[in-house]
Amino acid sequence: MDRLAYGLAALAGIGATALGGYGMFGGVWTLRLAWLVPLGGLELTLDPLGGFFLALIGFTLVPASIYAMGSSGGERRDRFAYLVFVLSMCLVPLASNTMTFAITWELMSLASYFLVLHDRESKESIHAGWVYAVMTHAGLACLLAGMLLLGAWTGSPRFEDWRAAAPALSGTARDVAFVLLVLGFAGKAGVIPLHVWLPLAHPAAPSHVSALMSGVMIKMGVYGILRASLDWLGAGPAWWGVAVLLAGAASSVIGVLYALVDHDLKRLLAFHSIENIGIILLGIGSAMLYQQAGLEALALLGLAAALYHTVNHAAFKALLFLGAGAVVHATGTRNMEEMGGLIKRMPWTAVCFLVGSAAIAALPPLNGFVSEWLTFLVLFQNTRLDAPGLSLVFTLGIASLALTSGLAMACFVKAFGITFLALPRSDAAARAHEVPPTMRVAMAALAASCVALGVGPTLVVPALGSIAASVLGVTPPATVGDWLTLRVSGTFASLSTLAIAIALGLALLLPLVALPLVGASRRTRGYETWGCGRIVQTARMEYTATAFANPFKRVFDFFYRPAKRLDIEFHPESRFFVERIEYENPARSIFDDWLYRPALDLLRAGARAARTLQSGSANLYLAYILAALLLMLVLA
Amino acid sequence: MIAGFAVAIVQVLVVGVGAPLLVGVLRTLKARLVGRRGPSPWQPYADLRKLLAKEVVISPTTSWVFRATPYVLVATMLVTALIVPVAVASPPLAFAGNIILLMYIFMLGTFFLALAGLDAGSAFGGMGSSREVAVAALAEPTIIVAVFALALRAGTIDLGRVVEHFGREPWLAANPAHLLAFAAFFIVMLAETGRLPVDNPATHLELTMIHEAMVLEYSGRYLALVEWAGAMKLFLFMTLLANLFFPWGLTGPAGSAPVLLALLALAAKLAVLTSVVAVLETMVAKLRLFRVPELLAGSFALACLSLMAVILVR
Amino acid sequence: MFRQLRTALHAGIVTEPVARGAEIERIGERLAGEIARLFARSLAIRQVDAGSCNGCELEIAGLTGPHYDLERFGVHFVASPRHADCLLVTGPVTRNMAEALRRTWEATPDPKFVIAVGDCGRDGGIFRGSYAVVGGVADVVPVDAVISGCPPSPAALLAGILEAIGRRR
Repeated sequence: MDRLAYGLAALAGIGATALGGYGMFGGVWTLRLAWLVPLGGLELTLDPLGGFFLALIGFTLVPASIYAMGSSGGERRDRFAYLVFVLSMCLVPLASNTMTFAITWELMSLASYFLVLHDRESKESIHAGWVYAVMTHAGLACLLAGMLLLGAWTGSPRFEDWRAAAPALSGTARDVAFVLLVLGFAGKAGVIPLHVWLPLAHPAAPSHVSALMSGVMIKMGVYGILRASLDWLGAGPAWWGVAVLLAGAASSVIGVLYALVDHDLKRLLAFHSIENIGIILLGIGSAMLYQQAGLEALALLGLAAALYHTVNHAAFKALLFLGAGAVVHATGTRNMEEMGGLIKRMPWTAVCFLVGSAAIAALPPLNGFVSEWLTFLVLFQNTRLDAPGLSLVFTLGIASLALTSGLAMACFVKAFGITFLALPRSDAAARAHEVPPTMRVAMAALAASCVALGVGPTLVVPALGSIAASVLGVTPPATVGDWLTLRVSGTFASLSTLAIAIALGLALLLPLVALPLVGASRRTRGYETWGCGRIVQTARMEYTATAFANPFKRVFDFFYRPAKRLDIEFHPESRFFVERIEYENPARSIFDDWLYRPALDLLRAGARAARTLQSGSANLYLAYILAALLLMLVLA
Repeated sequence: MIAGFAVAIVQVLVVGVGAPLLVGVLRTLKARLVGRRGPSPWQPYADLRKLLAKEVVISPTTSWVFRATPYVLVATMLVTALIVPVAVASPPLAFAGNIILLMYIFMLGTFFLALAGLDAGSAFGGMGSSREVAVAALAEPTIIVAVFALALRAGTIDLGRVVEHFGREPWLAANPAHLLAFAAFFIVMLAETGRLPVDNPATHLELTMIHEAMVLEYSGRYLALVEWAGAMKLFLFMTLLANLFFPWGLTGPAGSAPVLLALLALAAKLAVLTSVVAVLETMVAKLRLFRVPELLAGSFALACLSLMAVILVR
Repeated sequence: MFRQLRTALHAGIVTEPVARGAEIERIGERLAGEIARLFARSLAIRQVDAGSCNGCELEIAGLTGPHYDLERFGVHFVASPRHADCLLVTGPVTRNMAEALRRTWEATPDPKFVIAVGDCGRDGGIFRGSYAVVGGVADVVPVDAVISGCPPSPAALLAGILEAIGRRR
């Protein structure tokens, strides 16, 4: 019975992909039900950008639902919430007026809130749900404010009308609308510093839900930013693009820095989502700046790079979350320090997770590399803007993207290496078993898509280019190379991941063939790991995740501000012998300490001050009513 | 087509066969500089041949990742040999990639080697992996910014076209932006290939190892492949430095005579670079691990200066 | 930094030719023939201290210096036994180090051989018969050659190692 719900969701995913694909390649479809909801009615419109995001949702939904069918348990409440979540999320890219958007958005948030809260007993889940609920509704408040203002200024709640009327609005009006809308959408996307809910909510939810939340729900924030800035408001002043670009640079570096020192497997993946959103924003910010300067081809490239990374991130993040879910399911813990040796006990999961890790670390010839390469190219050509100040911003973006990808590789060496390799660090890990076939099929499908997206950019980029062209209102670019090579910006750069993949494959075979020919010895013997003659090897002697992250913690300690704690229990009879040492060196979040806590304290102080208004005396309340009435009569 | 195939074979042979010689010459030079006779420059070939005859001792703690890594390392180096301009400005696979792709292919090798270090479950391997990825990650911004500076001047990141552009540029060796980018890239080369002052390739103290710690568990033919890949990485980085920044002898019409000339020019440039590295390694001591980020930050500053010089001159 | 370079260049190459040192005592016949041929041009040595007083270690350390320069014969020291061809064992094997020595030997890939250094390595030397000592190295792992002395001079060590791999100069 529970499989039926997930099966329905998978079917919905297939339908969404088909409809989205239809929209991506130019099909149009509209649905108007003016009577269904007030203030404009239900209105759904399919256009290329909406179609792209719809197809993205569907493409991620299918493996996640198939995976969910394999995982046991889940109450009826969770399955119902999942269906509501999935269906409302599919409607968000189709919504074309304020009310429809608000309803579908809020349904999506509410349903995911219940899914985050699926383990009602644990304090961690409750806290995660609470923070998520507050942040998403604060974002909704900004969104509604922005949309209602735009609706009031342009005189219509429909997005089409905004597109037409926006150039006529005053600069300040557009700035206000931009700030409100982008703030609201950025909160959903998890951009620094509005990211605090992500690392709490994603680990708390079950893995197929985390895969969807990280893979597609935060992309709804990206979708919103694209709609708000490039679609409805059109080309704006340069500071819009600069703000988005800098937010992207900050998110990418800070996200990966927090991921490096985190040893909860799912929270690490959540921080990486923040990082990848940052990379997407780098592309969007560049596109906005190029569009404002009139460099159409580069704006197109920027948007295409951002869209490509959106798809790639959905693919490999969903894969990684499903893999992490498999690991958590098999070992019963999310803590990496208790895992190890899983590659021998869960070989298929390990291979899929390895493909996902290599993809997110942007290693050729996988998909993460292609979209990061495209983003680099977009950032590199900034001198055509002929503005040294902007060049500085772009250079900052380039440096942060480079640092991010290096640190991401380091982090995934840690994530894969500590979790899967060497000896198990706990009994639970030693008893782990491979997951059921449905879960494996889902992961394998996503891994295959990562490879396909990596070696097939020549097919993907033209499609994305035409979608980007429709958003920016420019003509689609001429051919971008042939089936083998991707040529960007004329002779600026070319790439052929297919050729590299084939070359790597052949080069891998070369030593295998050549070694016997040169007479290499084939003898192999097994003997324990070298331990300097130590008598036994246990898991206690392996490197830990904390130790692995230590160089980074020291290099970036100005950012982490670690709070070291060392407890030593000495033997009661002599201080020369130690019974127990406990070492903890957690990083402190500067956003919690410098932004949220002061803001919450201010709010609390303000609320305390306002409490004096509520004296409890009925006479005073009557006096308030009289004063308000007099004020309204005077003002009217 | 045939010419392209021939060039591919020539480049792979030059890189594959020449890399151990480069390492051997470096060792001999370092020995002579401290008053020792030192090994013969052909010593690495003898070492590799002996290793092929030894058996492989593998720990049962390891997995297929450990056994696959030597092949992945060699594969990445061989593919890179077809992209880097060794004998011609635009080698056969130049259309498939550019400098950014090169750096990420090297990261592919580092990724697998770091995993292999963790695989055996020894503390040394884990420590080596942790340090190696830290150095690689911190070197990335420098590389990309230096590449950006080069790309700005050449108008492209395609290696062949960059080489041709610089070949035509007069007063190349006197261009401050160029020299600053070269200095930044040189420091990154020392970091990525594990030379002093970042890492001592000849150390026996595990606590001071970065690259060597990850290969402690390899033996026999696997060790031969890993050592060969390490030599090829050094050769390729030095060739990049030599042929990208000073492409004299490389630009010219196609044909066998120009290829020979290019190889002779490369040999001369590599000889100079090797001497510089040998003298540097003899003079400086290894940096403490937590001072290496300062060195890399310094190289990043050089790359940024180079970039500023390019932007301001435009 | 430059001063060191100047001094070295000023002094020039100070490596001495191989002196005729003490003959090594051959215990096993494996060294003749195949093993010697395999390692004649390239030998990796892993030095194992099985409880020695460090007198032999100091002499061995002289081998890598400019005067004796082991590297010119293609011989070098390695850190991991998995990289090694030859175990150079010093010290009477103490009880605490016996198991460690045996594990080191097991971790070394074939073909390999063992050289026991010093009188202690031969049969326990001045510590022979002690309660803390197992005996010579041959009591723990198979030994192929012995270079005796207390301690053997670097010249003797060099001559011994070269003879073990069949090189005369």
